[in-house]
Amino acid sequence: MSRWLTPRIAILVIVAVFVFPFVVMVATAFKNADDIFHAPPHLLPHTWTLANFRQAFDQMPIWRYLANTVILCLLNVLGTLFSCPLVAYALSKLRWRGKTPMLIIVLGTMMLPPQVTLIPIYLMWNKIGATNSYLPLFVPAFLGTPFLIFMIRQFLMSVPDDLLDAARIDGSSELRTYWSIVLPLARPALATAAVFQFVWTWVDFLNPLIYLNDAKKYTLSIGLYNFFSEHGVAWGPLMAACAMFTLPAFLVFLLGQRYFVEGISTSGIK
Amino acid sequence: MARPSRTGRARRKTSRRQLLRGLAFASPWLIGFAVFIAWPVIASGYYSLTDFNLFQAPHFVGVANYRHMLHDEVFWKSLTNTLYLTAVGVPVGLALSLGGALILNRPVRGQPFYRALVYLPTIVPVVVSGYLWRWMMNPQYGYVNEVLRLLHLPQPLWLNNPAWSKPAILLVTFWTVGGMTVIYLAALKDVPRELYEAAEMDGAGPIARFWHVTWPVITPVTLFQVVVSTIAYMQIFTQPYLLAQQSQLNSANGGPENSMLSYSMYLFQNAFVYLKMGYASAMAWVLFIITMAITAVILMNAKRWVHYGNR
Repeated sequence: MSRWLTPRIAILVIVAVFVFPFVVMVATAFKNADDIFHAPPHLLPHTWTLANFRQAFDQMPIWRYLANTVILCLLNVLGTLFSCPLVAYALSKLRWRGKTPMLIIVLGTMMLPPQVTLIPIYLMWNKIGATNSYLPLFVPAFLGTPFLIFMIRQFLMSVPDDLLDAARIDGSSELRTYWSIVLPLARPALATAAVFQFVWTWVDFLNPLIYLNDAKKYTLSIGLYNFFSEHGVAWGPLMAACAMFTLPAFLVFLLGQRYFVEGISTSGIK
Repeated sequence: MARPSRTGRARRKTSRRQLLRGLAFASPWLIGFAVFIAWPVIASGYYSLTDFNLFQAPHFVGVANYRHMLHDEVFWKSLTNTLYLTAVGVPVGLALSLGGALILNRPVRGQPFYRALVYLPTIVPVVVSGYLWRWMMNPQYGYVNEVLRLLHLPQPLWLNNPAWSKPAILLVTFWTVGGMTVIYLAALKDVPRELYEAAEMDGAGPIARFWHVTWPVITPVTLFQVVVSTIAYMQIFTQPYLLAQQSQLNSANGGPENSMLSYSMYLFQNAFVYLKMGYASAMAWVLFIITMAITAVILMNAKRWVHYGNR
C-alpha cells in the first residue's frame, strides 16, 4: 500500500509547490483590498470582485499593449519561419564548401554572452534613429537565431537524401524542392521553432526596456510597471493584469506542449 | 559524386555553383552574423578602450576602464553578488531539478500532465514571476512567511533585508527549475531498466541504486546543465532587477545596500543610466572572460566525474 501511495503523495506535493503561486496570483486578482491586505493571508477571497480587472484596464492601456505585443510576436515568428529553415537547409542538405565552418560559427555564437553585443547594437540602432521603434525588436528574427537554426538543422538531418535527389532529378529547382518538399516535411520542427519564438518574444523584458521610451509603444512586460507608484504597488490590479498576461502564453504552450517539451529535452542532450 | 568522365573545369564550375547556392540559402544568417555579431564584437572591444557617453565621439583612453574596475567598489559588490548567486544557485537548482525528476519519473498515470505543470512556471513572463514572488514574499501579507509561520520557522523581511534579499532572488529562480527537470526526465529514460532490476536483485537499496546505476548515466546531462545554468546565473539580470525595482522604471536599483545589484544590472546602469558606454563595454568583456574561465574549470574537472557510457 505505501509503495503505491508514497510516490503519488510525493508527486502531488511537488506539483502543489509549483502550482501554488499561480493560485495565489489568480485568487489575489479576485480579492478586494480588505482581503488582499489581511494578515495572516487567507487563500480564497471572502468577497469575489472584478474591481481589480476594471482598475487594471483603467490604469494601463491593456488593449494597446496587447496589440503591440501580439504584433511583435507575429513579426518575430514570421521572421523565424522565413530565415531559420533556409539556413538550416543550407547547413544540412546542401553540399557546398564552407558548410562545416558555417555550422561551427553558428554554434560558437550561441556561447557569446549578449552583454558583449548589447551596447554596439544599441548604438547602431541609435545612429539610424531606430531606437524607440519596433525595428530593433523584430529585424534580428528575420536574420536567424542560432539556437533555432541548429534545432531545425538537427531535424532536417534525418530527412532521407533520396527524397530530395528524386525531386532534383525530376528537374525541380533547389528553391522549389525546398518549398514543396523540405518545408512540409519539417513542419514539426517549424512548429517547435514558432512556439519557442512566440513565447520568447511574449516574455521578453530587456529589449523592450532598452529600446522603447514612448509609453504608447510599450509591450505588456514593461507596461506592468504602470502599477508601481511612489505610494507603493497596486497589488490587486497588478495581479489581475499578470493573470491576463500569463494566460496567452499558457494557451500557446498547451497547444504546442508536445513540441515544446520535446524541443527542450532533445536540444538539451544532442 | 562527379562522374569520372567530367573534366576538372566542369567540376570546379559545379562546385562554385554549389558554393553560391549554399551561400544564398545561408544569406539571412550571414547578414545577421555580420551585422549583429561580428561588427558588434569588434566595436565593443574598441569601445571598451574609450570614454564614450553617446553624445560625443568615443575618446581613446587605453585600458583606463579596466583599471578603473579595480578601484570601483560597486563593481566588486556586483561581482560578489553575482558569484554568490551562481555558487548557491547552480548546485541547489541542480539538486532540486534532479530530485523533482526522480520523483516525477515514477510510472504513475498522468505523468505527462504533472510534467507539464512543473514546466509551466518557465513559460510565465519573467515580469509576472518577479512581481508575483514579490507579493508572495511580502513580509506581512505574503504566503512565504505564512508557510514559515505555520512551520514555526523564523520569518525574514526578505527584500528589505540585505542578508535575505539574495536568497529571495534564488527562490524566484528556483520556481523555474522545471526546465532542467524536463531535461533530466528525458535523460532518466536512458537508464537501462535491466541494470536497475539486477541491482535490486543484488539487494542494493534505493540510495545505492541511484549512485551506481542512475547517476553514472545522467552525468553527461548534469555537466550540460551545470554549464548552462552557470552561464545563466553569471548573466542574471531580470529577476533581481524586478525584485529591487522602485517606482522609477529604467534605473536598475540595487536593493538594500546594493545587495541585489547583479553584475549585469550594474552594467545596464553604467550603459543606460550613466551613459558610460565605454566602461559598460569593458565590463561586458570582463564578464565574458570570467564566465569562460569558470566554464573552463568546470569542463576540465568533468573527466573526474562524468561517464560517457559505452552501454
